[in-house]
Amino acid sequence: MSSNGKSTSPLGLRISATAGLLFLHLPLFFIFLYAFTTEEKSFEFPPPGLTTKWFGVAWNSRPDIWPPLYLSLEVAAIATALALVFGTLAAAALSRAKFFGRETISLLFVLPIALPGIITGIALRSAFDIMNIPFSVWTIMLGHATFCIVVVYNNAVARFRRLSGNLVEASMDLGADGFQTFRHVILPQIGTALLAGGMLAFALSFDEVIVTTFTAGQQTTLPIWMLSELIRPRQRPVTNVVAVFVFIVTLLPILAAYYLTREGEHTGGTSK
Amino acid sequence: MTVALQETRRGIGGTISDVFFARPQLLTFLLLTPPLLWIGVVYIGSLFALLLQSFYSLDDFSGVVIHEFTLSTYQQLFEGSNVQIILRTVTMAALVTITSAVIAFPIAYYAARYARGWKKALFYLAVMMPLWSSYLVKVYAWKLILAKEGVITWFAGALHLNWLLNGILGLPVIGGPSLSFSYLGTYFVFVYIWLPYMILPTQAALERVPANFIEASADLGADPGQTFRTVIFPLALPGIVAGSIFTFSLTLGDYIIPQIVGNSRLMIGQAVYTLQGTAGNIPLAAAFTVVPMVIMALYLWMAKRMGAFDVL
Amino acid sequence: MSPAVRFQNVSRRFGSVRAVDGVSLDIEPGEFFALLGPSGSGKTTCLRLIAGFEQPDEGHVEIFGETVEGVPPYRRNVNTVFQDYALFPHMTVGENVAYGLMIKGVPRAEREAKAKDALAMVKLAGYEDRRTVQLSGGQRQRVALARALVNGPKVLLLDEPLGALDLKLREQMQEELKTLQTNLGITFVFVTHDQGEALSMANRVAIFNEGKIVQVGTPSDVYERPTSRFVADFVGSSNVLPPEFAAAHGGTATWTSLRPERIDVVSENATTPPYYASAKGIISAVSYQGAVTRVTVVTEKLPLVATISAGTTLHKDDRVMLQWPKSAMVAMGDGA
Repeated sequence: MSSNGKSTSPLGLRISATAGLLFLHLPLFFIFLYAFTTEEKSFEFPPPGLTTKWFGVAWNSRPDIWPPLYLSLEVAAIATALALVFGTLAAAALSRAKFFGRETISLLFVLPIALPGIITGIALRSAFDIMNIPFSVWTIMLGHATFCIVVVYNNAVARFRRLSGNLVEASMDLGADGFQTFRHVILPQIGTALLAGGMLAFALSFDEVIVTTFTAGQQTTLPIWMLSELIRPRQRPVTNVVAVFVFIVTLLPILAAYYLTREGEHTGGTSK
Repeated sequence: MTVALQETRRGIGGTISDVFFARPQLLTFLLLTPPLLWIGVVYIGSLFALLLQSFYSLDDFSGVVIHEFTLSTYQQLFEGSNVQIILRTVTMAALVTITSAVIAFPIAYYAARYARGWKKALFYLAVMMPLWSSYLVKVYAWKLILAKEGVITWFAGALHLNWLLNGILGLPVIGGPSLSFSYLGTYFVFVYIWLPYMILPTQAALERVPANFIEASADLGADPGQTFRTVIFPLALPGIVAGSIFTFSLTLGDYIIPQIVGNSRLMIGQAVYTLQGTAGNIPLAAAFTVVPMVIMALYLWMAKRMGAFDVL
Repeated sequence: MSPAVRFQNVSRRFGSVRAVDGVSLDIEPGEFFALLGPSGSGKTTCLRLIAGFEQPDEGHVEIFGETVEGVPPYRRNVNTVFQDYALFPHMTVGENVAYGLMIKGVPRAEREAKAKDALAMVKLAGYEDRRTVQLSGGQRQRVALARALVNGPKVLLLDEPLGALDLKLREQMQEELKTLQTNLGITFVFVTHDQGEALSMANRVAIFNEGKIVQVGTPSDVYERPTSRFVADFVGSSNVLPPEFAAAHGGTATWTSLRPERIDVVSENATTPPYYASAKGIISAVSYQGAVTRVTVVTEKLPLVATISAGTTLHKDDRVMLQWPKSAMVAMGDGA
C-alpha cells in the first residue's frame, strides 16, 4: 500500500461496510411501508394496496393512543429535567479533582446502563414493594431519571474533561470568582453538551419500555401501549402509524444532539 | 490601598467563592452528594433489596414469600429447566456478540480509516441513528420482515429459494414454524438491535491506531493479512471487548425481543419477567437476575484488565 | 520599598514529591525576571504560587510586602499569560481582552476603548471582532498578553511564553516583550526551560533544579560564573574540570567550569603564552554547526570541547594542542 493509499479502500471492505450499513437501515423502511398497507390482519408482503386512511384512524378513532402519549411526554420531561440537574452535578464533581474513591464512584454512575435494564426494573420494583410505595407516574419517573442521569452525566463529563483547566484558571486570574467563572466561562462551554445530553435523555425516556414495565403498575406509557399492540394487535397499520410517530419524535432530538456536539469528538453517545 | 490585592466588592457570590477556594473538597462534596444519594440510595439500594429477596423463598403451597434467610432458591436455580434457560441465554449472548463483532469491524474500519469529511459524519450518523432510535419500533420492523407471510418469505419465493428457507426452518433447535417464531429470528433481531453498540467503540479504538503503524508494518515486510493479525486486530481488541460488554449484557437481560420474535422456550429475561409477574415468585426471579450480574461482573473485570474502559 | 515578590522558605508538595523545596527569593519591582530550569524542576509551581493557583505547604509568599496565603487568584493584582494562552473560545478577541474589566464592572464603552488600546499596544489594532480560532500562534500570544496587561497588574506572570512559537517568531517576540516591559515598567516574571531565552530577555535569572534554586544572578553572572556543575552544564554548555585537572593547569583544586568558546585549538607544537594553560590531545569529532564548529579533543586526562569559528581545516584524528586563558577557568566549589 502506498502512502496515499488512504483515499482508496479495498473493494471488499467497501462492500461489507456498505452492506452493514444497509442492514442497519433497511428494516426501518418497512415500518413506513406498512403504515400505508390496506391489509390490517396480517403482515402480507407486498402490501395488497396502499392507503393513507390509517393516519386518519389513528388521529380520530383511537382515543386509547392519547393518554399514553401525554403520560410519556410528561415522564420524559420530568425525568430529563431531574437528570440535567443531577447528571451535571455529578460530572462537575467528578471532573473537578482527584479524590479517594473517584474511580469507584465513576463506575457507579455508568452502572445503570452497563447492567441489563431488566435488573434496574425488577430491583426498583422490589424496592417499591418493600417500602410499600404505590405505583404511579412518580415511580415511572424515578426509574427513568436513574438512567437519564447517566446519559446526561456521560455527555457532560466528556465536555468537562475537554474544558481545559487553563480556561477556568485564566478566568480566575482575570478576577472572576467561582460563580462568575461558572456563568461566563464554564456554562457557555458545557451548554451544548448539556442540551445534547438532555435531548438524548428525553428520547431515551420517551422510548423506554424495559424498566417501565416493572415500575408502571396500571399506568400505560406510549411504548407500553405499543408493546401490548404488538402482542395483541387490533389494527396493525395503526401501530405502524404510531411507530412512525415515535420514530420521528426520538429521531429529531438525536439529530439535534448530534448537531450540537458535532464540533468536538463524538464522545457523548458512545454508550447509551 | 493595598498594592498586591484587589479591592473588589465581595458580594455574596464572592464570599461563598472564597470559602470554596479555601476548601475545594467542600465544593466537590456539595456537588457530589445529591447525585450520589440518588444513584447510591435509589439504584444501589434497590439492587440490594433485590439481592436480599433472592435469599428468601416461596412457599409452594400458599404462594407467599417466606422472609427467612435460605439458599433453597439458589438451589432451584440449578435445577434442570432453569439451568437450560441460563445456558440457552448465555449461548445466545455469545453468538450475538461474535456476529456483531464480525459485522461491525468492516464498518468501523472503513469509518475510522477511509471516511473523511462529510462521509465520516454520514457514517457516524448512520450508526448513531439506529442506536438511539426507538427500540420497540426496531423490534417491530423485524416482526414485519420475519413474519410467515412477510418480506423474507416473499423474497425467497421470488428468487425460487423456498426450498432453502424451508430447509433452514426445518433444522432442529434453531428452526420453527416461521422465522418470527424461531431462535434464528431472535438471533437476527438481537444482532440488529445491538450492532451499533459494537461499531462505536471498535471505531473509537481503530481511530487511535495511527496510519503510519500500518505503513510501518507494510514497510517491514508484512502482507496485509499479517498486518491485520499482528497490528490492527490487537490494537482494535480493547474496542471490541468494550462493545461486547454492551452486546453481551443487553442480550443477557432482554425479555422483549424473544417475546415478540421467538419460540416458547424462555430466556433469562423472560423467566425473570414471568416469575415476578404471573407466578409471583420474586425470590426466584431475583436469583435469576443475579446470574447476569455475576457474569457481567466477571466480564467487566476481564475487560478492565484488557484496557477496554479507556475506549468507552 | 518591599520586593515585588518574596518567597520565604517556601515548599509545596504533591503527594510525596517536593515540587518546590525551601525556596527563598526576592524579585524587585520593575525587574524582568526569569525562572529557568529543566521540566519538573519546580519553576512553574513557583509561578502558580505567585498567581494563587497553588498555596504553599510551608513558608510565605509575599507580593509587595503583603502575605498572600489563602488569597484566591481573583483577588490578586497579578495576571498570567498562560502557556497555551487559554483564550476563551466562545468569545471574540475583543471580549477576551475586556473580560477582566467586565468582571470588575467597568462600563461597556470604557472597557471596549481600553481593550482597543491594549490590542493596539500588542500590534493587533482592528482585531476586536475576530474569533480566536482564526488567529495564528503568534497572534494568540499577543491577545493573551493584551488580556493580562489591560487589567494593570502589578506583576505579570508568563508561563513559557514563547514555547509554542517557531524560531523566527520567537526571536521577534523576545525583542517586543523586552521593549514592552521597559516601557510599562511592570515586574515581569517568566518561566522558561530555554536558557538562551532567559539570558537574552531577563535582568536576572533564578535557576531551578529538583525543586530548589541553585543560583540567582544576572545573565552574565550565571553564564560566566556558574557556582555548580548543574548550572555550568544547563546554562550553555561547559567543560566541567575535576579538581585535580584544574589544579594541574593553574586553576584551584575544585570542580571548575571552562566554556568551550574560551578554548583555542592550535598546532601541536605551538608555544603557550603566559597566563594560558594548555593540553595536548587527538581530535575525536568535528561537528559543523553553522556559525561555529565544535571540536572534541581527547586529552590525556579527559575529553574537552572547544568551539571555534566555522571554516576550519581540522580533521578527526589530528593531533592538536588546546590553549585557554587561566582566568577562563571558573571555580565552582564542591557544588553538585
